[in-house]
Amino acid sequence: MERRDRILLVVILLLAVLAVYVDLNIDHPSWLENLLVWQPEGVRKIAIRYGLDLRGGLKVSLVADVPEGQEVERTSLETARQIVENRVNGLGLAETIVQIQGNRRIIVEIPGIDEPEVAIEIIRGTALLEFVDAGYTPPPRGAVITTTVGGPPRLGETAPVTATPSPQIPPLTTGPISPMETITPTAETLPPGTYRTVLTGKGLKAVGLDRDDLGYYIPFELNDEEAQVFAEYTASHVGQYLCIVLDNVVISCPQIQEAIPGGRGRITLGDATYQEARGLAIQLQYGALPIPLRVETATTVGPTLGEISVQKSVRAGIIGLSIVLLFMLVYYRVLGGVADLALLLYAGLNLALYKLAPVTLTLPGIAGFLLSAGMAVDANILVFERVKEEIRAGRSLKAALETGFSRAWTSIRDSQVSILIACAVLYFFGNTFGASAVKGFALTLAIGTTINLFTAIVVTRTLLRGLLQVAGEWLRNRMALLGV
Amino acid sequence: MFNIVEKRRWFFLISGILVTLSILMLVVTVIQFGSPLRLAVDFTGGSLFILHFDGPATETDIRQVLAAHDLEEAIIQRVGRPEDNTWQVRTREASPEQVRAIFGDLTAQVAPVNRDLSTYETVSPIVGGEVARAAGIAISVAAVVIIGYIWWSFRRVPHSIRYGVSAIAAMLHSLIIVTGFYALMGLLRGWEVDALFLTAVLTVTSFSVQDTIVMFDRIRENVRRYREEPFERIANRSILETIHRSLATQLNAIFVMIAIILFGGETIRSFISTMLTGMLVGTYSSFGVAVPLVVAWEAAARRRAKR
Repeated sequence: MERRDRILLVVILLLAVLAVYVDLNIDHPSWLENLLVWQPEGVRKIAIRYGLDLRGGLKVSLVADVPEGQEVERTSLETARQIVENRVNGLGLAETIVQIQGNRRIIVEIPGIDEPEVAIEIIRGTALLEFVDAGYTPPPRGAVITTTVGGPPRLGETAPVTATPSPQIPPLTTGPISPMETITPTAETLPPGTYRTVLTGKGLKAVGLDRDDLGYYIPFELNDEEAQVFAEYTASHVGQYLCIVLDNVVISCPQIQEAIPGGRGRITLGDATYQEARGLAIQLQYGALPIPLRVETATTVGPTLGEISVQKSVRAGIIGLSIVLLFMLVYYRVLGGVADLALLLYAGLNLALYKLAPVTLTLPGIAGFLLSAGMAVDANILVFERVKEEIRAGRSLKAALETGFSRAWTSIRDSQVSILIACAVLYFFGNTFGASAVKGFALTLAIGTTINLFTAIVVTRTLLRGLLQVAGEWLRNRMALLGV
Repeated sequence: MFNIVEKRRWFFLISGILVTLSILMLVVTVIQFGSPLRLAVDFTGGSLFILHFDGPATETDIRQVLAAHDLEEAIIQRVGRPEDNTWQVRTREASPEQVRAIFGDLTAQVAPVNRDLSTYETVSPIVGGEVARAAGIAISVAAVVIIGYIWWSFRRVPHSIRYGVSAIAAMLHSLIIVTGFYALMGLLRGWEVDALFLTAVLTVTSFSVQDTIVMFDRIRENVRRYREEPFERIANRSILETIHRSLATQLNAIFVMIAIILFGGETIRSFISTMLTGMLVGTYSSFGVAVPLVVAWEAAARRRAKR
């Protein structure tokens, strides 16, 4: 055995051990997981990620509701994404994904959610910013209140405090009421617990972010018309509180110290962190979503259904692979046995890569992996058929093996390249409109095909050379064991 | 030596019958549903529910609830065995509010809906059109890539046009039969074309073209090696030499696919079945259509030359 082969053998063994270790369903030490620098910090881990179809959850695709052909500005899409993300985070569920796709779509994935419809309603809510009249007793920060423009809080809102315990409030119309219309001196006729809206976010002209000794504050400027309203209101309500409310949640309630002419003011944030302050500034700037969003597709999968799918796929996979292993063993005997070892290594490496990369597994993705395992033996079969031909033509075992591998190489390369081309087309197709099922299939099939080039050729050849070294003499007298 | 090429008339006959039947299926589907294949909500827009009830439900009950929410024109089908209490419901696009109300009413009036085992999918008709367009682009790109690949593989072979045309004919033959099979299952079992169907078709097309090219490659090699033999014999020899490999490979893939169909989840059954059919037809079309076509072409050319 040549030196190169010995090194290869050691490398293969090491890879196998590593793959088994990664594949094991144990808690891997965190320092090891932290070595996966390509994974985003904080969520690095060695584990299989299941797609929504396998773990259950909600996937929504929101599209900018603008006329066909009209371009959507990148910044407003990014802002909309940020707002949506904030709301999704508000649901308090882990591992949510909110990302921009293409130039007019936002994809939201929320695994493990109970009532998907509620989440959809929250996500595409209007993000209404209001300045409300709180009289002399301001509600605490974080309270959920009912206002004349914003109406009662929407379902599913989970803010901790409710300052207005009056559930019998009749629902108010939430139609587009301009801020001007709401400034009618009817505060006394309002139902109990309802706050009067003085201005809405539409009146904001500019918003900034700054800090002083007391912490961050948000300077703002109102449009001329609203500035007028604001000046009049503050003049007549000195000493009272004016609450800033976003989506019915109280953000802060500054006291009106004096009349504020000119439409300029600031919202002090006290001990807010930079992130919080910036988030609020963004929300204020675009109190409502900068672009209207429409639910384009929504998919929900029950969590138990996903679990059942995983169990069924695993069972199908084990059965399918066992048959392939058995077939190779029966049909190609010793050669097949070696190919089986390579196939097991192939499966182990694939799984390890899914955990490390990470590749999100979907049902079609698993099918793609299983199919690639079935096809993985193709390269071995091409080689073994050649080897048999060569042995029948009277060559020695060793020579037959070497020619078999070198002759079959072009066919193997061609067939792998054609599969990879198909995968590329499929991936492009899946990516164009977010068909994650298609993408998952193409990805696992492509990964499998690439790993296969290594296991079916390098691994099988090295193992067979080693075998010839150890038991070549013995095998030569038992050609039947090679299936010739 | 078993002679496949000699029996090519039989193969042509079988293929002709299969293609005719497939086209018939497509025509029947057009008459019944207005398009050659039943399209899933991915393409048409609409809502698709898989409802799992904790208790028996009937189609009439479900329809009544839907009608109360303006969705009376629904397609309602049972999924699995009766005791599974699982139904598939397809309606036009339902809003999240409607969906929530429907789930509530179904639980109250029919039987409790088990949300853990239920799914729903909503696609707006606008995006359905976009997806259909994207699919059209993907298929065109795939066709160009595959034909380019065929052209590239045969660029230095004498009479390359014969090989190229035959390979494409074999590919179209498999495509038509797979589509016909899906149309038949659409008529029998309500299978609808979704993105996964296209995936299956594109994948098996590339496999089958690859298979054909391996056989043609062998013919090219053998033409040089057995100069004195007639072309028919060489072609047949090439089929027999490569068919081992083709069958062994396909057999393994087929084992896996059958395992998935029998033991895997319901959701990808149609996907894998399409792939399996495509694989079988694709393998057959290599030795039953592609190579015999080349041989027939060669024979016709020879006869013309003699005259």
